Amino acid sequence: MEDAATGTGRADVGELYAGRDDVVFVIDQSRCIGCNACVAACAECGTHRGESMIHLEYVDRGSTVQTAPMVCMHCEDPTCAEVCPADAIKQNEDGVVQTSLKPRCIGCSNCVNACPFGVPKYMAEIDQMMKCDMCYDRTSEGLAPMCATVCPSEALWYGTREEFTQRRQGQLLSDWDFGNAHITTKVATVVTDREPGPLDVLLGREPQFRWQDDPFALEGRG
Amino acid sequence: MATRPVTEEALVERYGPHLNLAPPGGWQRDGDEVDRLVRTHCCFCGQQCSLYLKVAGNEVVGFEPDYAFPFNEGKLCPKGVKRYLQGSHPDRLHDPLERDPDAPGGFRTVTWERALSRTVDEIQRIQERYGNDAFAMLSGVSLTNEKSYLIGKFARLALGTANLDYNGRLCMVSAGAANKKSLGIDRASNAWDDIPRAEVIYLAGANVAECAPITTSYIWRARDHGAKLIVQDPRVTPIARTADVFLGLKPGTDSALLGSVLHVLIARDWIDHAFIEAHTEGFDAAAEAVRDYTPAWASQVTGVPANRIFDAAELWGTSETGMLLHARGIEHQTKGVENVMACINLGLATGKYGRPGCGVTTITGQGNGQGGREHGHKCDQLPGNRDITNPEHRAYIADVWGCAESEIPGKGLTAQEIIEAIHADEIKGLLSICFNPLVSLPDTAHTRAALEKLEFYANIDFFLSETAQFADVVLAGSLHEEDEGTSTSAEGRVIKINQAIDPPGNARKDWQILLEIARRLGRGRYFDHFVSTQDMFEELRVASKGGAADYYGVTWQRVEDEQGVFWPCPEIGHPGTRRLYEGGRFYTPNGRGRFNAVSYRDPAEVVDDEYPIWLTTGRVVSQYLSGTQTRRIGPLVTQYPEPLLEIHPQLADRHGIADGDLVRVTSRRNSMTLPARVVTTIRPDTVFIPYHWAGAQAANQLTNRALDPVSKIPEYKVSTVRIERLGERRAVVDSRDTRLYTDANATSPRER
Repeated sequence: MEDAATGTGRADVGELYAGRDDVVFVIDQSRCIGCNACVAACAECGTHRGESMIHLEYVDRGSTVQTAPMVCMHCEDPTCAEVCPADAIKQNEDGVVQTSLKPRCIGCSNCVNACPFGVPKYMAEIDQMMKCDMCYDRTSEGLAPMCATVCPSEALWYGTREEFTQRRQGQLLSDWDFGNAHITTKVATVVTDREPGPLDVLLGREPQFRWQDDPFALEGRG
Repeated sequence: MATRPVTEEALVERYGPHLNLAPPGGWQRDGDEVDRLVRTHCCFCGQQCSLYLKVAGNEVVGFEPDYAFPFNEGKLCPKGVKRYLQGSHPDRLHDPLERDPDAPGGFRTVTWERALSRTVDEIQRIQERYGNDAFAMLSGVSLTNEKSYLIGKFARLALGTANLDYNGRLCMVSAGAANKKSLGIDRASNAWDDIPRAEVIYLAGANVAECAPITTSYIWRARDHGAKLIVQDPRVTPIARTADVFLGLKPGTDSALLGSVLHVLIARDWIDHAFIEAHTEGFDAAAEAVRDYTPAWASQVTGVPANRIFDAAELWGTSETGMLLHARGIEHQTKGVENVMACINLGLATGKYGRPGCGVTTITGQGNGQGGREHGHKCDQLPGNRDITNPEHRAYIADVWGCAESEIPGKGLTAQEIIEAIHADEIKGLLSICFNPLVSLPDTAHTRAALEKLEFYANIDFFLSETAQFADVVLAGSLHEEDEGTSTSAEGRVIKINQAIDPPGNARKDWQILLEIARRLGRGRYFDHFVSTQDMFEELRVASKGGAADYYGVTWQRVEDEQGVFWPCPEIGHPGTRRLYEGGRFYTPNGRGRFNAVSYRDPAEVVDDEYPIWLTTGRVVSQYLSGTQTRRIGPLVTQYPEPLLEIHPQLADRHGIADGDLVRVTSRRNSMTLPARVVTTIRPDTVFIPYHWAGAQAANQLTNRALDPVSKIPEYKVSTVRIERLGERRAVVDSRDTRLYTDANATSPRER
């Protein structure tokens, strides 16, 4: 039988997380393989069958295979809701920022333009914004979100903070700086070291050579 | 005459591929209508992930994750999520068909009586006139173990032909031949739960993120424990993106690179002398073969910087544990067997066998590629991975089958050789099941010309595949979810496939079709005792007993109770074998692992002035093999709608090609046109085309029919081409363009 060292040690996620309030939804973009299983599975969920509320982005396919699964980050103070003229985006008592309510949503795309993470999408076919609501129909019953359930590389992951610390490298971070704007999210990302504080998305990374910058040594740098 | 009865366009119009965009009843169907959840496994790749199918009446209407199955714990790739959309499909064949150029779509619906009597009459006519071996059979490893076993027996005792082979010939045979020769057994060295125990993971020609996605979670678990990752591939694949050492080699130079790694291990004394002494043979010859393979030399051959080759050797050689996983990238070559042997040499030299977190293993590509190659539809094999030329093996199987040993034909031709034999007028008739050679064999024009030469061709399938378009008779068979049985995953884990629904209309289960043909051929006495697929498994258990692939201790009940059983499992009380070679005991006659001397040689085709660019082919995550199923599943097609030519900006600039431009790619076989995707993630001397599409979009129009001399696998991964820009084209489509399909009744884009 698989043991704790090699398996995830999970039997039935439904039983595991029912009634737990220490669970966390994690995105680790470094593990994303761009397979689209999250998007495919999201569209199978009972409350919005046939429509995915998340999407997958190629960061820059010309220079990398890096992809990013775009689930909602569920901000503590959601900008999308703040700018909505129709009050169509609600945040529930668990901090989950829900997708737009029909018939309130007027399709104006304010939320699409305002979201710092680029999450909401305007769906022309239904004249409505759609975005991830953290699979509230599943998570409220103790199940992991559909996307985090199927994700082959665990780039999307759902579990307790303690479980994360035991099983995975890296530290969880939910604080972001966009210039002078500070944002705290319910969804965490994974960093090597939390110590420097919030992720400043406007700062470039330190310029040090990695093989990814010249994968085939065309510039003579192995 | 096996030709298309009407134009390809008319056939496609009638039989597809059309896109199934929504489950039966549409997306808005009330979930409360679901009668039951049926636990089964994915019908696609060798990982065989577990999942539940939601069933309403006699239709599959959705899926639910299976958190409890230890291999995938609910994880799935998009194919596993959307696989259920192949059922209740507008292209599904509900009745037998007979070729009729005057009928709409080129085929008329006929009764089973007509279809079967015509098929049997033609088999008998051809065999009486030209001999038994003039009628061949091609089969596929999407089939369960039970059906694989039945087909092996059917071809030998009902058809009486030596010429049975299977599409695993295009997948697993290089690894199989090398494993059997070096280690005495053809199976993954470890259950996958050994991967997280490894300190170093070496991926050689294995695009796991797209071809075996759930394996990436095992690799990440290893990395969570601090493991280092080495990736050897001409492209920066999604799993390579974060590798510690990336070896971006020229296609076809794998054995030079692997040989150089062995050279460094020996030069630095990073080898396990005690293990080599106690448990192996042939080391000196293997070492001699790589005596001059310095990193500097290998760098010239492979294009990989010498320091990276050294780094890979240092990681592999100085780590206590390690797993080397290889796949079609190194196996789809005229040196496929040698490449795998070179990998095995690295494992033997460092004693990385038979311990936790240690192994060298292939990643089986096809759904039942593992079980299928063990139990009978390989031209040189009998059940239990027995050798059809070995008198003792033949006598044992003859005893199980209740026939004379002389009734079992000898070794037959391999898949590509069968095509060549049709061209040579030696094979006149063909029966195929779950194999789409027109798309999946190299040099499409050559395959098409062979089909057109057949006097009679019968095809058992559930969709009219591109190959089935050429059939005289099409026998409507069963989908994966319409039958039950077992398959054997890439890990060597025997698992249970459960039936969710019955075949629709007048379609029949594959095995019932085969049994009826056997009876009509007058050979019912060997098959009449099969009332269920479980009966076949019980006979398979006995037939495999004592063989290299011993399933005797595996029962359906055990498989259900124990979440699968790992073979070898020689007795009912045996726990199964999760990890091979423990204690350094190999399955060779003397129990020692064999090193093999592997010298580098060029691929069959090398670049020259006329064809100056390497072409390599492979998969994308949303499609599977020849696409017979996945090109009919709407959301999977939307994800990657058409083949794209991956090309490096330097090479693109030399030809004036911009991203999205149409490019003509020409090889010595043929040419094709497709849009360019200009990316820095591929070598600038190499282009890549995924091979899942048919007709004008088929990459195999270009590929080379050259075969590995031992395994007879074609060299899909290395051919040479030239390119020219044809003109502008709309921007390349990617997943960002996924639309919401709100019309549940739409069956194809043309009808929306």
